[in-house]
Amino acid sequence: MKLKKQTISLDSLDWNILQALQGNAKQTYTEIGLRFGVAHSTVYDRIRRMEENGVIKKYTAVVDLEKIGVKYITAIMTVFTDPKESENVAKKLSEAKEVVEVSTSLSEELLIIAKVVAKDQDALHSFIAQKVAPLPGVLRIRTSIITRKYKQEELLIEKK
Amino acid sequence: MTPSSVARILRKLPRENAFYFFTSIGNYTGENAASLEEFVDKVREGNIKSLEFHLYRGDFEKWVAEVLEDGELAEEIENLKNLKPVGDALRSQLYLVVSKRFEKLKSEFRG
Repeated sequence: MKLKKQTISLDSLDWNILQALQGNAKQTYTEIGLRFGVAHSTVYDRIRRMEENGVIKKYTAVVDLEKIGVKYITAIMTVFTDPKESENVAKKLSEAKEVVEVSTSLSEELLIIAKVVAKDQDALHSFIAQKVAPLPGVLRIRTSIITRKYKQEELLIEKK
Repeated sequence: MTPSSVARILRKLPRENAFYFFTSIGNYTGENAASLEEFVDKVREGNIKSLEFHLYRGDFEKWVAEVLEDGELAEEIENLKNLKPVGDALRSQLYLVVSKRFEKLKSEFRG
Protein backbone atom coordinates (compact mmCIF):
# COMPACT_ATOMS: atom_id res chain seq x y z
CA MET A 1 0.00 0.00 0.00
CA LYS A 2 1.60 3.29 -1.10
CA LEU A 3 0.60 6.80 -0.19
CA LYS A 4 0.56 9.18 -3.18
CA LYS A 5 -0.45 12.60 -1.88
CA GLN A 6 -4.19 12.18 -1.24
CA THR A 7 -4.64 8.97 -3.19
CA ILE A 8 -3.79 5.62 -1.68
CA SER A 9 -2.91 2.81 -4.04
CA LEU A 10 -4.23 -0.62 -3.18
CA ASP A 11 -3.17 -4.03 -4.41
CA SER A 12 -5.62 -6.67 -5.63
CA LEU A 13 -6.00 -8.25 -2.19
CA ASP A 14 -6.98 -4.87 -0.67
CA TRP A 15 -9.57 -4.39 -3.40
CA ASN A 16 -10.94 -7.88 -2.81
CA ILE A 17 -11.21 -7.26 0.93
CA LEU A 18 -12.99 -3.93 0.40
CA GLN A 19 -15.43 -5.51 -2.01
CA ALA A 20 -16.13 -8.31 0.47
CA LEU A 21 -16.69 -5.84 3.33
CA GLN A 22 -19.03 -3.69 1.25
CA GLY A 23 -21.14 -6.78 0.69
CA ASN A 24 -21.10 -7.79 4.36
CA ALA A 25 -19.03 -5.92 6.95
CA LYS A 26 -19.78 -8.53 9.62
CA GLN A 27 -17.71 -11.25 7.96
CA THR A 28 -14.83 -12.53 10.07
CA TYR A 29 -11.19 -12.18 9.05
CA THR A 30 -11.10 -15.98 8.72
CA GLU A 31 -14.07 -16.03 6.34
CA ILE A 32 -12.52 -13.34 4.15
CA GLY A 33 -9.11 -15.04 4.30
CA LEU A 34 -10.56 -18.39 3.23
CA ARG A 35 -12.31 -16.73 0.30
CA PHE A 36 -9.11 -15.20 -1.04
CA GLY A 37 -6.65 -17.87 0.07
CA VAL A 38 -4.75 -15.83 2.68
CA ALA A 39 -4.32 -16.07 6.45
CA HIS A 40 -6.77 -14.28 8.76
CA SER A 41 -3.83 -12.30 10.18
CA THR A 42 -3.11 -10.93 6.71
CA VAL A 43 -6.74 -9.85 6.35
CA TYR A 44 -6.60 -8.24 9.82
CA ASP A 45 -3.43 -6.38 8.92
CA ARG A 46 -4.83 -5.11 5.59
CA ILE A 47 -8.09 -3.96 7.16
CA ARG A 48 -6.33 -2.24 10.06
CA ARG A 49 -4.12 -0.30 7.64
CA MET A 50 -7.10 0.70 5.51
CA GLU A 51 -8.88 1.90 8.65
CA GLU A 52 -5.85 3.85 9.83
CA ASN A 53 -5.36 5.71 6.59
CA GLY A 54 -9.07 6.45 6.16
CA VAL A 55 -9.84 4.21 3.19
CA ILE A 56 -12.41 2.51 5.41
CA LYS A 57 -14.25 5.39 7.02
CA LYS A 58 -16.65 3.52 9.29
CA TYR A 59 -18.83 0.48 9.77
CA THR A 60 -22.51 1.16 10.13
CA ALA A 61 -25.92 -0.52 10.29
CA VAL A 62 -28.50 0.32 7.62
CA VAL A 63 -31.73 0.52 9.60
CA ASP A 64 -35.19 0.26 8.05
CA LEU A 65 -36.80 3.09 10.05
CA GLU A 66 -40.30 2.33 8.78
CA LYS A 67 -40.13 -1.15 10.27
CA ILE A 68 -39.53 0.29 13.72
CA GLY A 69 -42.27 2.88 13.35
CA VAL A 70 -40.11 5.95 12.80
CA LYS A 71 -42.00 8.24 10.43
CA TYR A 72 -40.06 10.83 8.50
CA ILE A 73 -39.88 12.58 5.16
CA THR A 74 -36.84 13.20 3.01
CA ALA A 75 -36.41 16.19 0.73
CA ILE A 76 -33.81 17.35 -1.73
CA MET A 77 -33.17 21.04 -1.17
CA THR A 78 -31.40 23.15 -3.79
CA VAL A 79 -30.05 26.37 -2.35
CA PHE A 80 -29.07 29.15 -4.78
CA THR A 81 -26.39 31.27 -3.14
CA ASP A 82 -24.25 34.32 -3.54
CA PRO A 83 -20.90 32.77 -4.60
CA LYS A 84 -19.07 34.73 -1.89
CA GLU A 85 -21.17 33.11 0.83
CA SER A 86 -21.66 29.60 -0.53
CA GLU A 87 -18.84 28.05 1.52
CA ASN A 88 -20.33 29.44 4.74
CA VAL A 89 -23.83 28.33 3.77
CA ALA A 90 -22.58 24.80 3.01
CA LYS A 91 -20.77 24.69 6.37
CA LYS A 92 -23.83 25.90 8.29
CA LEU A 93 -26.04 23.33 6.55
CA SER A 94 -23.53 20.59 7.36
CA GLU A 95 -23.83 21.44 11.07
CA ALA A 96 -27.63 20.98 11.13
CA LYS A 97 -28.89 17.63 12.39
CA GLU A 98 -31.78 17.74 9.89
CA VAL A 99 -29.31 17.77 6.99
CA VAL A 100 -27.80 14.38 6.16
CA GLU A 101 -25.90 15.21 2.97
CA VAL A 102 -24.47 18.43 1.51
CA SER A 103 -22.85 18.90 -1.91
CA THR A 104 -22.14 21.81 -4.22
CA SER A 105 -22.70 22.01 -7.95
CA LEU A 106 -21.77 24.59 -10.53
CA SER A 107 -24.14 24.59 -13.46
CA GLU A 108 -25.41 27.97 -14.61
CA GLU A 109 -25.33 29.14 -11.02
CA LEU A 110 -23.57 27.98 -7.90
CA LEU A 111 -25.88 25.61 -6.08
CA ILE A 112 -25.80 23.77 -2.82
CA ILE A 113 -27.72 20.52 -2.88
CA ALA A 114 -28.68 19.07 0.47
CA LYS A 115 -30.69 16.09 1.60
CA VAL A 116 -32.95 17.03 4.51
CA VAL A 117 -34.86 14.72 6.83
CA ALA A 118 -37.78 15.86 9.01
CA LYS A 119 -40.66 14.25 10.86
CA ASP A 120 -43.30 15.86 8.62
CA GLN A 121 -43.89 18.67 6.10
CA ASP A 122 -44.44 21.28 8.80
CA ALA A 123 -41.15 20.44 10.48
CA LEU A 124 -39.39 20.49 7.10
CA HIS A 125 -40.83 23.90 6.26
CA SER A 126 -40.02 25.35 9.69
CA PHE A 127 -36.43 24.19 9.40
CA ILE A 128 -35.99 25.72 5.94
CA ALA A 129 -37.83 28.95 6.81
CA GLN A 130 -36.15 29.50 10.17
CA LYS A 131 -32.68 28.03 9.72
CA VAL A 132 -31.83 28.04 6.01
CA ALA A 133 -33.55 31.04 4.37
CA PRO A 134 -32.09 33.51 6.94
CA LEU A 135 -28.48 32.44 6.29
CA PRO A 136 -26.50 35.31 4.72
CA GLY A 137 -26.02 34.71 0.99
CA VAL A 138 -29.08 32.51 0.43
CA LEU A 139 -30.83 33.86 -2.68
CA ARG A 140 -33.65 31.34 -3.10
CA ILE A 141 -34.46 27.72 -2.37
CA ARG A 142 -36.16 24.94 -4.31
CA THR A 143 -37.24 21.85 -2.42
CA SER A 144 -38.57 18.52 -3.67
CA ILE A 145 -40.05 16.08 -1.21
CA ILE A 146 -39.24 12.48 -2.06
CA THR A 147 -42.40 10.42 -2.40
CA ARG A 148 -40.99 7.03 -3.36
CA LYS A 149 -37.48 5.64 -3.27
CA TYR A 150 -36.57 2.99 -5.85
CA LYS A 151 -32.94 2.44 -4.93
CA GLN A 152 -30.48 3.57 -2.31
CA GLU A 153 -27.01 2.04 -2.30
CA GLU A 154 -23.45 3.16 -1.80
CA LEU A 155 -21.26 2.85 -4.89
CA LEU A 156 -19.93 -0.70 -4.86
CA ILE A 157 -16.31 -0.85 -5.86
CA GLU A 158 -15.26 -3.06 -8.69
CA LYS A 159 -12.17 -5.15 -8.46
CA LYS A 160 -9.28 -3.53 -10.38
CA MET B 1 -51.42 52.22 22.50
CA THR B 2 -48.27 53.55 24.18
CA PRO B 3 -45.53 55.21 22.10
CA SER B 4 -43.11 52.45 23.08
CA SER B 5 -45.42 49.67 21.86
CA VAL B 6 -45.93 51.55 18.56
CA ALA B 7 -42.17 51.91 18.20
CA ARG B 8 -41.75 48.23 18.95
CA ILE B 9 -44.17 47.21 16.18
CA LEU B 10 -42.42 49.51 13.71
CA ARG B 11 -38.90 48.40 14.61
CA LYS B 12 -36.39 46.86 12.21
CA LEU B 13 -35.91 43.16 12.99
CA PRO B 14 -32.75 41.06 12.89
CA ARG B 15 -32.62 38.82 9.80
CA GLU B 16 -33.44 35.65 11.77
CA ASN B 17 -36.79 37.19 12.74
CA ALA B 18 -37.70 38.51 9.29
CA PHE B 19 -40.61 37.05 7.34
CA TYR B 20 -39.39 34.80 4.51
CA PHE B 21 -41.74 34.38 1.55
CA PHE B 22 -42.24 30.87 0.16
CA THR B 23 -44.54 29.66 -2.63
CA SER B 24 -44.93 26.14 -1.17
CA ILE B 25 -43.24 23.89 1.40
CA GLY B 26 -39.50 24.61 1.24
CA ASN B 27 -39.63 26.83 -1.85
CA TYR B 28 -38.21 30.20 -0.86
CA THR B 29 -38.75 33.08 -3.32
CA GLY B 30 -35.75 35.09 -2.13
CA GLU B 31 -38.02 37.84 -0.77
CA ASN B 32 -38.17 38.74 2.90
CA ALA B 33 -39.45 41.51 5.14
CA ALA B 34 -37.63 42.67 8.25
CA SER B 35 -40.16 45.29 9.38
CA LEU B 36 -43.83 46.13 8.99
CA GLU B 37 -42.91 48.73 6.38
CA GLU B 38 -41.04 46.14 4.29
CA PHE B 39 -43.91 43.70 4.79
CA VAL B 40 -46.34 46.22 3.29
CA ASP B 41 -44.05 46.62 0.25
CA LYS B 42 -43.73 42.87 -0.25
CA VAL B 43 -47.49 42.38 -0.06
CA ARG B 44 -47.90 45.05 -2.74
CA GLU B 45 -45.25 43.62 -5.09
CA GLY B 46 -44.83 39.97 -4.10
CA ASN B 47 -45.81 36.71 -5.71
CA ILE B 48 -49.57 36.02 -5.35
CA LYS B 49 -48.96 32.28 -4.98
CA SER B 50 -46.75 33.08 -2.02
CA LEU B 51 -49.39 35.34 -0.44
CA GLU B 52 -51.99 32.57 -0.78
CA PHE B 53 -49.60 29.97 0.64
CA HIS B 54 -48.83 31.99 3.77
CA LEU B 55 -52.30 33.45 4.37
CA TYR B 56 -53.99 30.04 4.46
CA ARG B 57 -51.25 28.44 6.58
CA GLY B 58 -51.74 31.23 9.11
CA ASP B 59 -48.10 32.31 8.78
CA PHE B 60 -48.83 36.04 8.40
CA GLU B 61 -51.00 36.39 11.48
CA LYS B 62 -48.56 34.25 13.49
CA TRP B 63 -45.55 36.40 12.52
CA VAL B 64 -47.43 39.65 13.06
CA ALA B 65 -48.64 38.53 16.50
CA GLU B 66 -45.52 36.78 17.75
CA VAL B 67 -42.67 38.69 16.14
CA LEU B 68 -44.01 42.18 15.40
CA GLU B 69 -46.21 41.87 18.49
CA ASP B 70 -49.19 43.57 16.87
CA GLY B 71 -52.23 41.61 18.04
CA GLU B 72 -54.69 43.99 16.38
CA LEU B 73 -53.21 43.55 12.92
CA ALA B 74 -52.95 39.79 13.43
CA GLU B 75 -56.67 39.68 14.16
CA GLU B 76 -57.47 41.72 11.05
CA ILE B 77 -55.42 39.33 8.91
CA GLU B 78 -57.20 36.36 10.47
CA ASN B 79 -60.56 37.97 9.67
CA LEU B 80 -59.45 38.47 6.09
CA LYS B 81 -58.41 34.82 5.84
CA ASN B 82 -61.91 33.78 6.88
CA LEU B 83 -63.29 35.63 3.83
CA LYS B 84 -61.20 33.25 1.68
CA PRO B 85 -59.99 35.71 -0.96
CA VAL B 86 -57.67 34.45 -3.72
CA GLY B 87 -55.48 35.94 -6.44
CA ASP B 88 -55.53 39.69 -7.02
CA ALA B 89 -58.43 40.16 -4.59
CA LEU B 90 -56.31 38.61 -1.85
CA ARG B 91 -53.40 40.90 -2.62
CA SER B 92 -55.48 44.08 -2.74
CA GLN B 93 -57.41 43.26 0.44
CA LEU B 94 -54.33 42.20 2.35
CA TYR B 95 -52.47 45.29 1.14
CA LEU B 96 -55.34 47.49 2.28
CA VAL B 97 -55.30 45.93 5.76
CA VAL B 98 -51.54 46.09 6.32
CA SER B 99 -50.92 49.48 4.67
CA LYS B 100 -53.76 51.10 6.62
CA ARG B 101 -52.38 49.72 9.85
CA PHE B 102 -48.85 50.82 8.98
CA GLU B 103 -49.97 54.38 8.14
CA LYS B 104 -51.94 54.59 11.38
CA LEU B 105 -49.01 53.43 13.50
CA LYS B 106 -46.62 55.73 11.64
CA SER B 107 -48.81 58.76 12.32
CA GLU B 108 -49.16 57.76 16.00
CA PHE B 109 -45.40 57.39 16.22
CA ARG B 110 -44.83 60.86 14.76
CA GLY B 111 -47.36 62.21 17.26
